[in-house]
Amino acid sequence: MSRETKVVLIGGSAGSIPVLLQVLPDIRSDLHFSIIIILHRKSYPKSSLNQLFESITTLNVLEVEDKTELVNGTIYLVPADYHLLFEDDKSIALDASEKINYSRPSIDVTFESAARIFNSNVVALLLSGGSQDGVEGLKNIIQHGGKVFIQDPNTAEVDYMPKQALEQIPEVEQLAPEQMSHFINNLK
Amino acid sequence: MELDIIRDEEMDLLLEDVSSIYGYDFSQYSKASLKRRLNRICLVDKFASFAELRYRVISDKNYLQRFVEEITVNVTEMFRDPLFYKKLRNDILPKLGTYPFIRIWVAGCSTGEEAYSIAILLQEINLYHKALIYATDINPTVIEKASKGIFPLSVMKQYSENYIHADGQKDFSSYYTSMYDVVKFQEDLNSRILFSTHNLVSDTSFNEFQLILCRNVLIYFDKDLQNKVFNLFDNSLQTLGYLALGDKETIRFSSLEKRYKQSKGHKIYQKMT
Repeated sequence: MSRETKVVLIGGSAGSIPVLLQVLPDIRSDLHFSIIIILHRKSYPKSSLNQLFESITTLNVLEVEDKTELVNGTIYLVPADYHLLFEDDKSIALDASEKINYSRPSIDVTFESAARIFNSNVVALLLSGGSQDGVEGLKNIIQHGGKVFIQDPNTAEVDYMPKQALEQIPEVEQLAPEQMSHFINNLK
Repeated sequence: MELDIIRDEEMDLLLEDVSSIYGYDFSQYSKASLKRRLNRICLVDKFASFAELRYRVISDKNYLQRFVEEITVNVTEMFRDPLFYKKLRNDILPKLGTYPFIRIWVAGCSTGEEAYSIAILLQEINLYHKALIYATDINPTVIEKASKGIFPLSVMKQYSENYIHADGQKDFSSYYTSMYDVVKFQEDLNSRILFSTHNLVSDTSFNEFQLILCRNVLIYFDKDLQNKVFNLFDNSLQTLGYLALGDKETIRFSSLEKRYKQSKGHKIYQKMT
C-alpha cells in the first residue's frame, strides 16, 4: 500500500490555538494533501476561527459543510457542535450525534473514521489539551498503518493530552511547534 | 473503543433485511454515520457479533423500534443555535403573522425540542393561537416521548442559556414544572402541536406549509436522497414560504437553488416561485 499522505489531521484542545497560529503561516500552499483541524470549542457564541486562520495563511481555509469534498492544499476546520466523518468516496459527512469524550467535535471520531477510509495515508498530530480525546484515535490510525505525532508535552500549554498519548502509545513521535511546519511541508 | 464490529457488506445485508421485512429503507442514509450507529448499538445492547444483532432484528418485531431509534440520531436541544431562533422570532415568524393561519412543519422532530421551542416563540409574539405545528419523525417511540413534553431536568440549564441568547423574554423555568429529575412543559404549549410519524424516505407531502424546519436531519442522507427530500419540501411549501435547514446544510447543488432566496447569514431559504 502506498504511504503517500492524503490527509493530515490536527487535533487540539486547550492551548492548541496559539500553536496553530505559529505553525500555519509557514505551511506551503502547494501541498498534495488536505489538512483537517479538529478543535474543541464552544458552539456559542459563534467563533470566527476560520477567518482568523485565513488571515495568517495563504492556503484556503474552509469551515466544513455537509458533503464537502476534499481538495489538496486546503485547510478544513471542523465546525463546532458536529463530528466529522469520511465517506467511502472520501467526501466529508457531518454528524450531530452524542458527544464523545464530552466533546463534539470529538478528535477520536475523526481520527477513527480517517483510519478506516485512508488507512496508511493518514498523518495525525495531537496538540496541547486537557482531555483524553484523540488518544484512542491515534491508536486506531497506527493499527491501520498511518503515522502519528504529538506536540512535545514540554512545549504544551496543557500537557495532559499529549502526555496521555505518550504514555499509551510507545511509537508516537514528538514535535515542537517550531518543527511542525517544516515537518508538514516535507511529508511525502 | 474498537468500532469495527460491522463490515460494509454486512451492513448492506442488514439494511436489506430491515427494508424487506419492515419497510424501513435506510439504503440512502450516509454510510459513515450509519456504520457508527450500528457499531454503537452493538456496544450499547451488548451484541458480541453482527450475526447476533441481525438475528435479533430479523426475529424480534418489538426490537425493531429500538433499532430504528438507535440508528437514527436523536440528539436535539431546545433553542439549539440561538441565533437561528432569534432570526425566527424577530423576522420570519412576524412575517408569517400576516397570514390568517400559520402552518409549520418540523420534519425529523425527534423528541420534540424544536417543536416546543417554536411554540414558545409563537406564544411570546402572540401568534400561537392561529398557528398549527406538525411535528413528524420516522420513529414512533420518539414521537410518543415528544407528545408528553417531559424532558430531563439536567439539560434545562443549557436550554435556558440557549433561550436567553435567542432573545427569550421570560424566566425559562416559568414554562415547566419540575418533578424530581424531569420537567413537564405546560400543557398549553403542545396544544397546537400535532405529533405523528412520517418517513421522509417513503412518505409523500401531506399539507402546504409556510415554514418547514428540517435541521440536522439531511446530513444523515446521501445526495440523491437529499434531493428527493428537497423536492418533497418544495411540494409542501407555499410560495413565499420558508425552508430552514441546519447550520451546515445547504440547498446548493439541488434543483431548488435557483428558485429560493437565502436569508443572509442563515440557512433559511424563501421559496420565490
